[in-house]
Amino acid sequence: MNNAITDKTVHTISVYVANKPGVLARIAQVFARRGFNIDSLVVSPSVDGRYSRMTIASQGSVQGLEQIILQVSKLVDVMHCVDHILDESIVREMALAKLRLTSEQRTEALQICEHFGCKTVDLTPTAMTVMVTGHSDKLDACIDMLRQFEIIELVRTGKVVMARGDKVT
Amino acid sequence: MSEKKMTGAEALVRCLENEGVEYIFGLSGGAALPILDALVGSTIKLVLVRHEQGATHMADGYARATGRPGVVLVTSGPGATNTITGIMTAHMDSVPMVVITGQTISTMLGKDAFQEADVFGLTMPVVKHSYLIKSTAEIPRVFREAFFITNSGRPGPVLIDVPKDYSAGEFSGDLYPEMELPGYHPDAGEPDLAVVMQIAEALSKSRRPVILAGHGALIAGAETALRTLAEKLQAPVTNTLLGKGAFPESHPLSLGMPGMHGTAYANKALVECDLVMSVGSRFDDRIIGKASRFCRDAVKIHIDIDPAEFGRMIACDHYCKGDAKRVLERLLEHVGELNTKPWLATLDGYKRRYPLTYKKRGGLKMQQILDTLNTMTSGDAIIVTDVGQHQMWAAQFCKTEKPNTWLSSGGAGTMGYGFPAGIGAAFGKPKTPIWVIAGDGGFQMTMCELATAAINKIPVKVIVMNNRYLGMVRQWQTMFYDDRKSGVDLEGNPDFAKLAEAFPGGRGFTLKRAGDIRKVLEKAMAYNDGPCVINAIVEKAENVFPMIPAGAPLEGMLISEPKPDQKLEKPTGST
Repeated sequence: MNNAITDKTVHTISVYVANKPGVLARIAQVFARRGFNIDSLVVSPSVDGRYSRMTIASQGSVQGLEQIILQVSKLVDVMHCVDHILDESIVREMALAKLRLTSEQRTEALQICEHFGCKTVDLTPTAMTVMVTGHSDKLDACIDMLRQFEIIELVRTGKVVMARGDKVT
Repeated sequence: MSEKKMTGAEALVRCLENEGVEYIFGLSGGAALPILDALVGSTIKLVLVRHEQGATHMADGYARATGRPGVVLVTSGPGATNTITGIMTAHMDSVPMVVITGQTISTMLGKDAFQEADVFGLTMPVVKHSYLIKSTAEIPRVFREAFFITNSGRPGPVLIDVPKDYSAGEFSGDLYPEMELPGYHPDAGEPDLAVVMQIAEALSKSRRPVILAGHGALIAGAETALRTLAEKLQAPVTNTLLGKGAFPESHPLSLGMPGMHGTAYANKALVECDLVMSVGSRFDDRIIGKASRFCRDAVKIHIDIDPAEFGRMIACDHYCKGDAKRVLERLLEHVGELNTKPWLATLDGYKRRYPLTYKKRGGLKMQQILDTLNTMTSGDAIIVTDVGQHQMWAAQFCKTEKPNTWLSSGGAGTMGYGFPAGIGAAFGKPKTPIWVIAGDGGFQMTMCELATAAINKIPVKVIVMNNRYLGMVRQWQTMFYDDRKSGVDLEGNPDFAKLAEAFPGGRGFTLKRAGDIRKVLEKAMAYNDGPCVINAIVEKAENVFPMIPAGAPLEGMLISEPKPDQKLEKPTGST
């Protein structure tokens, strides 16, 4: 987090919005119009069901993203929009990886899984599906290790973020 | 509560009446039938236009002239898509407007029903907010919110898409519900005093200040505060195209409009100033030229109600979020007169050396017509322009003295805007003379509204600056593309005077000689039974100066026609 922010740095942007149709489209449009890609996106209802929480990961010029955050904040259905790149927020992500494994490979795969605290959520004679959770960097490292086996499918949820202590996300 | 059973559309019309709506500019269609029916017997007058784009520009002109939101009603599909240009025009220039679009019945949504278009989706990037009605009961809340949103904070258009089954359906619910807008906080509140003090401090050190007044100053009604401040500081004021009227252009401290076709003295002031303070301007690319070179050595101050404008075009030293009027009133309490005498003397020198001028010899010139019109109306008329060369000359020669008397499509640069906007302004300000300045290109885009003006006996006076060219593009081709003309020749124009006469109550005049300008304008002024069109056959190939080629710094201003052998680089800026 203390590294210099570059155009390649992934920003984690939290948006608190009214739980209404069209809100996601409005926000996505603010990104798309400026040529920014949304790397990952998580939307879920908040404690108060009238609102939703979005966590958006995106990268690009800092100036461009600052503009995007200001424009998103302006939308009538947006309560607030915060870039959590500089604060020490809790960031978590989950991934499911389906591996094609022979019985000989299985032990080694399980060792890697144990190291990263993965859970095996499905096991068949030819395949094993594991779940890994944690910071995105950890997921990257785990998936890199699992690549020595054949990964048939991989699904990542995208980051979710929450501010620490009493701070508002 | 509802005393008798009414339809959704009747509730809708009741809501509009409650909002004080006088006029709806619209065009009928199947999906709007229940609303059209509910308007029978209403106090609201439905102004039937000839094309939906015209309806939006009329609503826009009405809003800019009165400060009240303009209202548009159209049907679904093509009716709705025809409004997009007008909505975008209003959005770019922060104009309050409520656009009601009929929609197919809710159960047919997304099935490519007849005349169905995803208007909610299509208009999303060009509205301040939009609604797709999902029950009859929510109509009153949505309309209340829409009228609140459109004209609060930084104004902008709001669209409401109304499926026909909800407008036709039986209404049950509350006609006066609470708004539900937890994320919308348009009141900028009191400006941050610490920032105001920093600005006052920066001003106190300035010897060469310039105030840049934009549309935000007009929307906030800050003209008195601005004038008091400028006079107290003894600081010159330049106003943007949309800021015309925020500060009287006949005032000794006025520099007129800056930017691409602004006055030489306003641009020179921006080049040489040691402080520039924007009051409700967004530092548009037409004004700043090359962003990195704009007022490089000056302290830059940005006052705006919309913080999303801060740092968008240029980085400033001080940002003050707030309503322009409130900020200026606070600022007034903390500033005194500055020592600007040498600065004002320098600028007066520039005004004498580089006045706005044109050659009176040769053929009929737009500049001379506008100069004469300015003398004859002396700031008491509403001037509405279209987009192009005539617009820039009108901005230069028609001095704007009062707020809301200059209507022009700035951000969008929408050709076809002027004439319908003038009709809308006439509905809003029936006692004020309305002059529309249009080019022969732009007028032909929306001239079908002659019927609307004629039937409603709107005494709008249109000067069609007829040079048989799309003149501004022709100017660029002449200057930067070796005069290789492409797609600019308007040979085949109709006789615009005869055209006007073809409508009941329409009157046409032809103006060919400079000596007749005053006579023809007087005739038009005296005719108030309907629209009149002056077909002004002007010189074909005049160029607008001063000019800063797009993307060049303000220092790159061409004050007058370059020498014939001077080769100009193609501009690098947007357009």
